[in-house]
Amino acid sequence: MSKATDPVDTPPLTPAPLTPAPLNPAEDRARVIAARNRVVGLLLACLVVLFFAITIVKIKI
Amino acid sequence: MDGARSAAGRRPTEWRDFLALTKPRVMSLVIFTGLCGLLAAPEQINPVLGFTAILCIAIGAGGAAALNQWWEADIDAGMRRTASRPLPAGRMDRTSARDFGVALSGTSVFVMGLAIGWLAALILAISIVYYSVIYTVWLKPRTPQNIVIGGGAGAFPPLIGWVAATGHITAMPVLLFLIIFMWTPPHFWALALFVQSDYAKVGIPMMPVVAGEAVTRRLIMLYAALLLPLSLLPCFIPARLGGAGSLYGWVAGVCSTVFLAASIRVGLRRRNGEADTMKPEKQLFAISIIYLFALFGALVAAKWIQG
Repeated sequence: MSKATDPVDTPPLTPAPLTPAPLNPAEDRARVIAARNRVVGLLLACLVVLFFAITIVKIKI
Repeated sequence: MDGARSAAGRRPTEWRDFLALTKPRVMSLVIFTGLCGLLAAPEQINPVLGFTAILCIAIGAGGAAALNQWWEADIDAGMRRTASRPLPAGRMDRTSARDFGVALSGTSVFVMGLAIGWLAALILAISIVYYSVIYTVWLKPRTPQNIVIGGGAGAFPPLIGWVAATGHITAMPVLLFLIIFMWTPPHFWALALFVQSDYAKVGIPMMPVVAGEAVTRRLIMLYAALLLPLSLLPCFIPARLGGAGSLYGWVAGVCSTVFLAASIRVGLRRRNGEADTMKPEKQLFAISIIYLFALFGALVAAKWIQG
């Protein structure tokens, strides 16, 4: 039996934690702001598309 | 310096809390009734402009809801039902909520005016002021009739939708306004009956707190009884003016009768001690929401089916 598979020497398997380790305040702050910026960016992009569509419709009418 | 430190150390508000500030569940009813007003109108609107009109109604309702929560943050903190909202829970500062509400309200009115028309924008502006100032600031803390008069705020969306499509006000959108106006008291008083201790705790003079349960229950029956004939009136408006057909009449008749029956059940009931689970009142609240969806859904369905 090789050393690597020896049940005596291998450390006991522990289940992976179900929840991620808590972020420190700076990381948490950066995560929240990044998520907020992504949402604002997405909304602004949708508004640009909407205003473009409104302009096209208004020109046709 | 302390203030600067606390501001720097405060956890930034998540985007979900800004979304929660707009009361998305209330907004869904506003969007639905606004959309029905728009679709039931006798004139068709370009889909892009129709979408824009509904978006403006939704954003305006969200802005008014944010301003409502900004003003009532202290009251919300004292009520179990609202204590977990972003402001009372401390996940957002009041200035952000106020600025968010003003920005949403202003944007919705401005875009509605430019893209759709200034009459629709004016009615939208009135509805925002009606909810966030007349109802929230003036009526709600002063009179038990708050929800009767304030019910007008939630009645505007179908009127705005209709005006966005046609550009003018006729009898039919006014009737749709009146239906929601008359529906609001029994809908809200059903809720007030099972959370009245919360309202009493924070000093809001809701009808069950001021006039008592028996009076409130009688009033629920009265308004539901008045709503039955009112909900049938759209059948008597000529089709060329956007009146609803007989199919709507049948659906409205059945739904309003069921709503009246549920209201009578609550109206004739007495609370069975403190352990009472208030099941019929909770059921009436749920039925009232389904009722409004069914009534306005029938309005649009009848127009599509009967032409």
